[in-house]
Amino acid sequence: MGLRKKAKVPFRFYTRLNLLELTGKKARDLEELLNITREISGAVIYYHTHHFLQQQQYLSPEPPNDFAYWVSNVLRESELGEKLASINLCEFNSIIAVRDKIVEVIQKDPALKREPLRTAPQGEEFTFKKSITFIFPTPYSANNMYEFIEILKKITVNSIYFHVFEARLRSEKSIGDFCNWIENSISDVELAHKITNLDPYTYTLEGLRANIIKIIEESLVDNKSRTFLRCGVLI
Amino acid sequence: MAKLSDYESIVGKDIIDELRILAGKLSGRVIQNINSTAVGGGVAEILNRMVPLLGDLGVDAQWDVIKGGEDFFKVTKKFHNALHGANVEILPSDFDTFIEYSEMNARQMNLYGDVIFIHDPQPIALIKEKPKTKSKWIWRCHIDFSGPDIRVWLFLKDFIEQFDGSVFSAPGFTKDLSVRQFLISPSIDPLSDKNKELPKRVINKVLDTYGISQDKPIITQISRFDYLKDPFGVIEVFRLVRKYTDCQLVIAGGGATDDPEGDKVLNEIREKADNDPDIHILVLPPTSNIEINALQRASTVILQKSLREGFGLTVAEALWKAKPVVASAVGGIPLQITHKFSGLLSRTVEGTAYGIKQLLHSPEYAKKLGKNGKEHIRQNFLLTRHLRDYMLLFLALDYPEDVIRL
Repeated sequence: MGLRKKAKVPFRFYTRLNLLELTGKKARDLEELLNITREISGAVIYYHTHHFLQQQQYLSPEPPNDFAYWVSNVLRESELGEKLASINLCEFNSIIAVRDKIVEVIQKDPALKREPLRTAPQGEEFTFKKSITFIFPTPYSANNMYEFIEILKKITVNSIYFHVFEARLRSEKSIGDFCNWIENSISDVELAHKITNLDPYTYTLEGLRANIIKIIEESLVDNKSRTFLRCGVLI
Repeated sequence: MAKLSDYESIVGKDIIDELRILAGKLSGRVIQNINSTAVGGGVAEILNRMVPLLGDLGVDAQWDVIKGGEDFFKVTKKFHNALHGANVEILPSDFDTFIEYSEMNARQMNLYGDVIFIHDPQPIALIKEKPKTKSKWIWRCHIDFSGPDIRVWLFLKDFIEQFDGSVFSAPGFTKDLSVRQFLISPSIDPLSDKNKELPKRVINKVLDTYGISQDKPIITQISRFDYLKDPFGVIEVFRLVRKYTDCQLVIAGGGATDDPEGDKVLNEIREKADNDPDIHILVLPPTSNIEINALQRASTVILQKSLREGFGLTVAEALWKAKPVVASAVGGIPLQITHKFSGLLSRTVEGTAYGIKQLLHSPEYAKKLGKNGKEHIRQNFLLTRHLRDYMLLFLALDYPEDVIRL
């Protein structure tokens, strides 16, 4: 792969911003949490499983989702909390599949059969919120890997977030936008797979930016070395 | 006045670029803000910064203030306390006074915005004029509604439900309403006189002016003179701490034109302080932003022992200065402080005193909390994030869907 090799299709960088809206729904115990979760939209699940990635960028690791945090810290159901925290979001290609998994985990847990159910103190109910997502293009597009890296270094973390998390889960793609472009437009399958193998949920957004850049740069160096050696042998 | 580009070094050029793209989507619309005071209090403070910066972004934002006599502001203060859950006597004549002034304001005000953005309960009844306009109307609630007096709440609810949307500062402040409810935290301006970096000589001068010693730790609470800020509890906390560490207390407050209760509270605080030379009660005019900044920067520990809070922006101000903070877990304060990570949360006089002692005795721990707190504020509570959320809000009213492509 050459740094300046022209991509089949340029990569257009988009960004996204969120506004929070309350749904008016609140849960006081596990049964209410389960019943409301079954019915709520993907935008609500999305908020409660992803907002920590953006709000606490400097903190790592963070509570992985609001469901786990509330069940553990407010209802004091630590085992169920741990199970909810362990749901690996990387394994899901759609936000509705994440919702179904959360429902399944709560439904199967013995804590749901406790009589009486543990209830949240007044004011500490689980308040269901949703993200209203605004997506818009940035002025940046990359025609080759060189331009791609340069833009990646300066683009807002919101753009990185969009192409890594939002595009994948909300549009139900199996891979993020970066990998898709590198695989199909730059035709570097190996590099695309290296980036796909990153677990983005275990990095801060700045950490994620740094790691994607590092993987690409290392891959370019490797390719260059291999080319040099091949040339060396030939010469 | 700071320009938008001045914020680049604090939040990054990428964030500012994003704001400019967003502002372009609002081109041609007029945003009319309406509140009850131009000076003093958190709302006026935010609007004083927000309106010019929206203008700098190319958004036509305007700001108008309703008029009211002392009788009107006494009523709105009673409403304010009642909405915070305080036990106040509300008379039928109070509602009449409120309506009379609202009607007078409706007659006198020019409602010209494409978006009419009403702040807090005082101008809320202007919504009656909505049928005469083609505007989108939004009501912005800056106060804690979690346990309101039911009569005042029902009185206001009728108005709120006529708006196109409402905005609250924290999830716990919201109520069951038939209109859309958005969630937007308030913010602080890192370049304002109250928050900008200050040279040491300015800080020293302020301390000298008010006779505050630099030889012993300074515990400070900055807030209006208001029962809900628990100034008497603050003095009790200080007396518990001083048993173990020689220190001094600063209670500094400014006034707002819509708060007629301040003088009464101030006199009671002075009585409780009983001429203690280590308790400095400072009455600051509304323009004392540099003084407040200096007092916060000179403090060893900052306290916010409120019984109720709207959001408690003084906490964000203190954290932005990387100060260790002990604050009550009320209103929006828990959104700003993660206990033992970016400050300490407390619920009682004794717990607050214990937290302060911990911080005074463990300066490294205190420093770490302050550092974490500052980063949390940078990410979530600066004016640039607030500007972004407001612009998204103005756009959101045009779209019913959850994913909007602009």
